[in-house]
Amino acid sequence: MRVQEKIIEGLLWLSAAITILVTVSIIWVLLSESIQFFSEVSILRFLTEKEWTPLFADKKFGIMPLVAGTFLTTAIAIAVALPIGLTIAIYLNEYAHARFKTIIKPLLEVLATIPTVVYGFFALTVVTPFLQSFIPGLAGFNALSAGIVMGVMIIPMISSLSEDAISAVPRSLREAAYGMGSTRLQTAFGVMVPAASSGILVSVILAISRAVGETMIVAIAAGQQPRLTLNPLVPIETITTYIVQVSMGDVPHGSLEYRTIFAAGMTLFVFTFLLNNLSFWIKKKYQEKYD
Amino acid sequence: MTKKHNKLEATNLDAFYGDFHALKNINVAMEEKAVTAFIGPSGCGKSTFLRTLNRMNDYIDGFRIQGQILLDDRDIYASNVRVDELRKEVGMVFQKPNPFPKTIFENVVYGLRIQGIKDKKVLQEACETSLRQTALWEEVKDKLDKSALALSGGQQQRLCIARALAISPSVILMDEPTSALDPISTAKIEDLIHELKQHYTIIIVTHNMQQAGRVSDHTAFFYMGELVEYAKTKTMFTSPKNERTQNYITGRFG
Repeated sequence: MRVQEKIIEGLLWLSAAITILVTVSIIWVLLSESIQFFSEVSILRFLTEKEWTPLFADKKFGIMPLVAGTFLTTAIAIAVALPIGLTIAIYLNEYAHARFKTIIKPLLEVLATIPTVVYGFFALTVVTPFLQSFIPGLAGFNALSAGIVMGVMIIPMISSLSEDAISAVPRSLREAAYGMGSTRLQTAFGVMVPAASSGILVSVILAISRAVGETMIVAIAAGQQPRLTLNPLVPIETITTYIVQVSMGDVPHGSLEYRTIFAAGMTLFVFTFLLNNLSFWIKKKYQEKYD
Repeated sequence: MTKKHNKLEATNLDAFYGDFHALKNINVAMEEKAVTAFIGPSGCGKSTFLRTLNRMNDYIDGFRIQGQILLDDRDIYASNVRVDELRKEVGMVFQKPNPFPKTIFENVVYGLRIQGIKDKKVLQEACETSLRQTALWEEVKDKLDKSALALSGGQQQRLCIARALAISPSVILMDEPTSALDPISTAKIEDLIHELKQHYTIIIVTHNMQQAGRVSDHTAFFYMGELVEYAKTKTMFTSPKNERTQNYITGRFG
């Protein structure tokens, strides 16, 4: 019996240890390869050069065009997902019947289970041609349709987390608002949303983090042309797309070109790491506000 | 002296939560500018009845009523009545103090703001008047821009009363307003009820028999969804007509 307990305990410890080990190895690989990259290309050049052409004869190593591409698609996605997601959350909380809510919530979650490659294909073959019918200047690959579709993908993330945040607001506050003669709309926007604002903010940050790291949709639909622009109508390239492009290509291992993907990956990691920590910090700081 | 006007009147009122028959054929009239207390054991329907008076039960799935409730002779469940307008006329104070997570000032003027009043002077005057009415002004006048959540429980409850007064309702419903408070805060609220009944019709649900005796002019005793007895408070506490009332107010059950 004691031996059995020990074995089980050991297995549990091992599975936890493996998870941590993998994470640590990933960070180690990222770091060591990035350090080698930055020994050849200064961080200053990396951050200030305005072009990203490591695969060309005239090599430029400015990460900003990739950051701009990532920022652009993410901003479009949030611009789509935040208003829609928040509206859904408010609707489910303040207006929908309990029974309707139990049906619609799982349906929304289905949006999150569609493979992202399908979303990417949808953006390229449906959304882009549709948008082109009334935006004549729209290129075949562009940030706009990739961003919109990515926004649709993260709607359930925002609606679900915001809905949780709003329904965690004590019922007494809603009653106070109604008792004062507030309409449903006034209750929702004047009392419930402000009271749930920290939770809603967390949902948005996690959604941004998700959008920044999203790969397939932008790789398929947004193009592969690193460009320092905020114009959503032209092809761009995101950090993730670049990593895919080089990983799948025939760049020799150990070369400087090869190491660019680790520097790009490191940049991406820094962004998502900061965003996730920001959301944890907000959660912790504002959580007990109403207890 | 002429008899006072009946502010609220329930006629043949039945209420249901789904299949559960929560209120059974309630007939009662509540006098204007007086305090009416609802007493009775837990689950007797007194809070349900209180909440039908400002239609607070409307959002509960499966809740429905039959019969009529008149406010100044108008049916409050008529199809042309706007619930939000009704609740501006019939204010409510809850069991647990529930200030908004906003400043003291914003709490008091909340009702005015949602009516679209923006004039700073009007809001400030309304805020001071309401806080003076609840004897809270001297305690909070220097920290109106501080969070209402920083006040003590008793102060929060008086703030909630001030918030209700700010939109000048004619009726104030109080659902066990002192059950979460200490004896000193409770005494302050009871004094306040005495003051307020000069201008407002007050209906209070209470678990505390002594409280009903101290603050109310009329008392209604509810039991198992029925209105067992309704009389002048003095009469009910000295010579109850019904045996169940007597058993309850003498503490034999409940």
